[in-house]
Amino acid sequence: MAFKLNVNGKSATVDVPGDTPLLWVIRDVLNLHATKYGCGIGQCRACTVHLGGRAVPSCQTPVSAVGNQSITTLEGLSADGTHPVQVAWQEIDVPQCGYCQAGQMMTAAALLAKNPKPNDKDIDSAMNGNLCRCGTYLRIRQAVHRASEITTNASAHTVQTASVNK
Amino acid sequence: MKKMHIDRRSFLKVSALGGGGALIALYVKPAAAQFGPPVPALPSNYIKIAADGTVTIMAKNPELGQGVKTMLPMLIADELDADWKKVKVEQTDFDDKKYAGQIAGGSTATPTNWDPMRRVGAAGRAMLITAAAQTWNVPESEITTDSGKVLHKASNRSMDYGQLASKLDSIKPPALNTVKLKDPKDYKIIGHTQQGRDTHAIATGQPIFAIDMTRPGMLFAAYQKCGVFGGKVMSANLDEIKQMPGVRDAFIVERPVPNENVLPGDPGLENGIAIVADTWWQAQTARKKLQVTWDEGKWGVPEQSSQVFQQKADEFSKGTPQRTIRKDGDAEGTLKSAAKVVEGAYSYPFISHAPLEPQGCTAEFENGKLTLWTNSQIPGNARRLSAEACGIQQSDVTLHMLHGGGGFGRRLTNDYAVEAAYIAKQVGKPVKLLWSREDDMAHDYYRPGGFQYLKAGLDSSGKVVAWRNHFVSYGEGERFASAAAMGPTEFPQRFVPNYELHTSVMPLSIRTGSLRAPSSNAFAFVIQSFIDELAHAAGKDPVQFRMDLLNAGTPLPPPPAPGQRGGFGPSGMDANRMKGVLELVADKSGWGKRKLAKNTGMGVAFHFSHLGYFAEVAEVRVESNTKVKVNKVWVAADIGSEIINPGFAENLTHGAVIDGMSELMDQEITVDKGRVVQTNYHQHKLVRMAQVPPEIEVHWLKTNNTPTGLGEPALPPILPAIANAIFAASGKRVRSLPLSKSGFSWA
Repeated sequence: MAFKLNVNGKSATVDVPGDTPLLWVIRDVLNLHATKYGCGIGQCRACTVHLGGRAVPSCQTPVSAVGNQSITTLEGLSADGTHPVQVAWQEIDVPQCGYCQAGQMMTAAALLAKNPKPNDKDIDSAMNGNLCRCGTYLRIRQAVHRASEITTNASAHTVQTASVNK
Repeated sequence: MKKMHIDRRSFLKVSALGGGGALIALYVKPAAAQFGPPVPALPSNYIKIAADGTVTIMAKNPELGQGVKTMLPMLIADELDADWKKVKVEQTDFDDKKYAGQIAGGSTATPTNWDPMRRVGAAGRAMLITAAAQTWNVPESEITTDSGKVLHKASNRSMDYGQLASKLDSIKPPALNTVKLKDPKDYKIIGHTQQGRDTHAIATGQPIFAIDMTRPGMLFAAYQKCGVFGGKVMSANLDEIKQMPGVRDAFIVERPVPNENVLPGDPGLENGIAIVADTWWQAQTARKKLQVTWDEGKWGVPEQSSQVFQQKADEFSKGTPQRTIRKDGDAEGTLKSAAKVVEGAYSYPFISHAPLEPQGCTAEFENGKLTLWTNSQIPGNARRLSAEACGIQQSDVTLHMLHGGGGFGRRLTNDYAVEAAYIAKQVGKPVKLLWSREDDMAHDYYRPGGFQYLKAGLDSSGKVVAWRNHFVSYGEGERFASAAAMGPTEFPQRFVPNYELHTSVMPLSIRTGSLRAPSSNAFAFVIQSFIDELAHAAGKDPVQFRMDLLNAGTPLPPPPAPGQRGGFGPSGMDANRMKGVLELVADKSGWGKRKLAKNTGMGVAFHFSHLGYFAEVAEVRVESNTKVKVNKVWVAADIGSEIINPGFAENLTHGAVIDGMSELMDQEITVDKGRVVQTNYHQHKLVRMAQVPPEIEVHWLKTNNTPTGLGEPALPPILPAIANAIFAASGKRVRSLPLSKSGFSWA
C-alpha cells in the first residue's frame, strides 16, 4: 500500500503494508539510519522520532497511523550537528557506544521545544523512557541543561537583536 | 579449575580460543610488560602523513563504546608530537599480519598497548627528525618537534610534518625498543580530555554501526533457532513461508553442534531456519508464521530449570563437595575453635548482556571469497568460524570492523557473524542478518549464575582466622562451563591463614560466557557482602575491618616465570594499592564522619580485577523498608600512573556504576526445560535516568604503575557497596541477587 510521508521536510512515497512499523520504513525503505532498533516493544526508545512534534517510539507506530503528521528524525534536527541538542551532546561528549543517543537526543529536543528551561526533575521524567545500556545518564542530564542554555541564549540573542532593530 | 599451562607466547592465543574475557580475567599477569608477545608494530601500519600535513592514525581495536578508538591513537599521537586537532583517526580492518591484539576483552587494551603504541609514535617522530636532518643537513640532535612541526632553532627554521611526507618512505624505522619516550610531564594529549572520535558521527546520526551497513542488492535475513541449545529442525512449513510477501528464500540449516555436557565457548554455526527477504520486516513478519517441529535433543528436560538448579545447589551445600580447589591450613578445624562463626548462603542468577544494538552482521560471498562487516569483540574468531562454516580458507575472508552498539562481552562470541556468512553463501547475494531483541535474549552467552556457601571464623580479637567456601557452579567433572570457574587464588586467599575452597558442579544446557568483569561481577558481591557480615559480627567499622584484613596478607608472590604455571588473577593483588584506594574513598565520602538522615546508610566494598584497584562507597536511603534510592556514589581507583583520557574515563566509570546497579536490582535470566524464559527489556530491566544517583564522584589515585584498563574493574564493587549500604540503612542483609526477588525496588 502506498503512503505519502513527510520526513525531515521532504515528501516521500513508500509502498509497504500498513502495519509496517514506521521504524522499518525509515531505516530500510528510506535508508535513514540514525533511528535505531533496540527492543521492538517500546521499552528502550532508541527508535524515538518526532511525529507532529511529539517524541514517539517509531517501533510502536504503524506507518498507517502517521497520516499527514510530519516526521522528524535525528538527521532532520540538522545534518551538520548544529541543533542545540546536537551541539550540547558533542560539547559534553555524552556517548559511550552511542547506539541509544539518537533516541535520547530526539526526546530531549521534544522536551526543550515544550519546556525550554527544564529542571532535573523535568528532565528525569521526560527522559525516563529512554534506556542507555552504557549508563551515560549523568551526561545526558548535563547535556539537556546545556542545550537549554544554548537555546535560551540564542533566543535571548534573537530577542535582543529584534529590540535593537526596532 | 582446569589446570592450564599458559606461557607468554600462548597467552593471547589460548584466551582467544577459550572465549576471551574470562580467561583474561583469571590469568592476566600482573606486569603489563609480560602480556603476550610484543606487538610487531611498524610505524607505517599506524601512521600516514599526507603532503598537506594531515596525520592519519589507524585505530586497530574493536570499538564498542569503551573509547579505544580515541584512546589508542592518543598514545601514538602524543609521542609523534602530532597536532591532535588535525589528526584523523581511521578504523582498521581485521588484519593479524599487521596488528596484534585486535580484541575488545578483559580490559586489556590499555596495558597491552600502552608501551608499544607510544613507541610507534616515538618511532614516527624519530623518522620525521631524520628526514628533517637530511633535508636541512644538520645533526638530528639539533632538531626538535612541536605539535606537527619540526624545528631547527639554531637556524630558526621549521617545517610542517606534511613537507616531509614524501621522504618518509626511504627512512628505515628505528627499532621500537631503542626509541626515546617522552617524560610524562611533557604529555600534551595523554592525560588531557579528548572528545570521542565518533561523537560527531553519533550526534549527527551517521550510519556507523554494524546494523547500518548496506550493500547494493542486499537482502535481509532473520534466523530462527530452537530455544533449546542445539535443537534440530524436524519439519517446518517452509513452502508457506516462501509464499509470504517479500520472501526470497527460506531454508533449513543443519549443522552438528557439539552436544557435550559442557558447551563450547563459541561453537560456530548452529541449526536453524533462515528466512531471507527484501526487507527485514518482511523476513520477520514471515517468521511469525513459522511452524516448526524441533528435536530438542537431550537438553529440553525438566532437570534443566532454574528451580532444579537451586534445589541441587541446596543439596550440594549439605553434602561433601565434589572436589577441592584450594586448601591452606585447616579451615574446618579452626572453625571449630573460633570465637565466632558466621555463615552465609549467597547466590546470583544468570544474566544477559543485552547490548542495545542487537546481534547482526552483513556478509557477502562472491567467487569463493567472503566479506564480513561486523562488530565482533574478537574478530579473529569471527573470521575463523565463518571460514569453517563456508568451507573456505581464513585467508579468503575480509573482515571490516564496524562500530558496535555496546558489547559487554556478548560479541566475544560470533554466532551471528557465522550465520550471516553461511546465509550469504547460500543466497549468493549480500545479506544483512539481524537478530530481534527476543533472539538476543533467548540465545545469549549468559553470565553464569552460581551459589556460594560461606563459613568464616573470627578469633576473640575479631580477626578472620578461617574461611571456607563451597562454590556451586555449572560444568562436569573438572570442567566448568564457560566463565563459570573460580580460581584457587580468589580473595581472601593469602589474607586468611586457613582458607578452603571447594566446588561442586551440575550440567547446564544454556550457553554461558564473559559479561563485563566476568566472575568478578558476581564474586565481588558475595565476598564483599560476606566480609561486611564479618565486620558487623566482629563489632568493627566496615572500612577499618577491611584495612585490617588487607594488613593480614602474606606478601604478593612474585609473578610466575615465563612458562611456569600459576594463577594470575586475584593473587596479583597488591594489598598496599588496595589500601590506598580504600583510604581515599573513605576520606572523600566522609566515611564515619557525616551525620546521615533517617533510613540512610553507607556501604563500602573493594575489588581487584583486570589489574585495576577499585574501592567504592554508596550512600543509600531505604524507604518503607524496600524502596531504595542511591543518593550518591564515590569511586576511588588506582589504574596506574596516567588516566589517558580523563573525561571519557569518568564517563565510563559512571557507566560501570550504573550497569552494576542494573545487575543488582532487577536482572535475572531463568531457565525452564532448557529454554530461557525472559524475552525483552521489560523482564530484564536496565536502570533508568530517574533511578540514577544525582552524583557519582570519581577519584583517581595515580601511582607509579603501568596504566591498566578501566571498563571492567570499575563495576564489581558497586553491587556490594549498595547492598552493604542497604544493610546499614535498613538492617536487611541480602544474600541473593537480584534484590527485586527480596521485595526491593528503586524508590
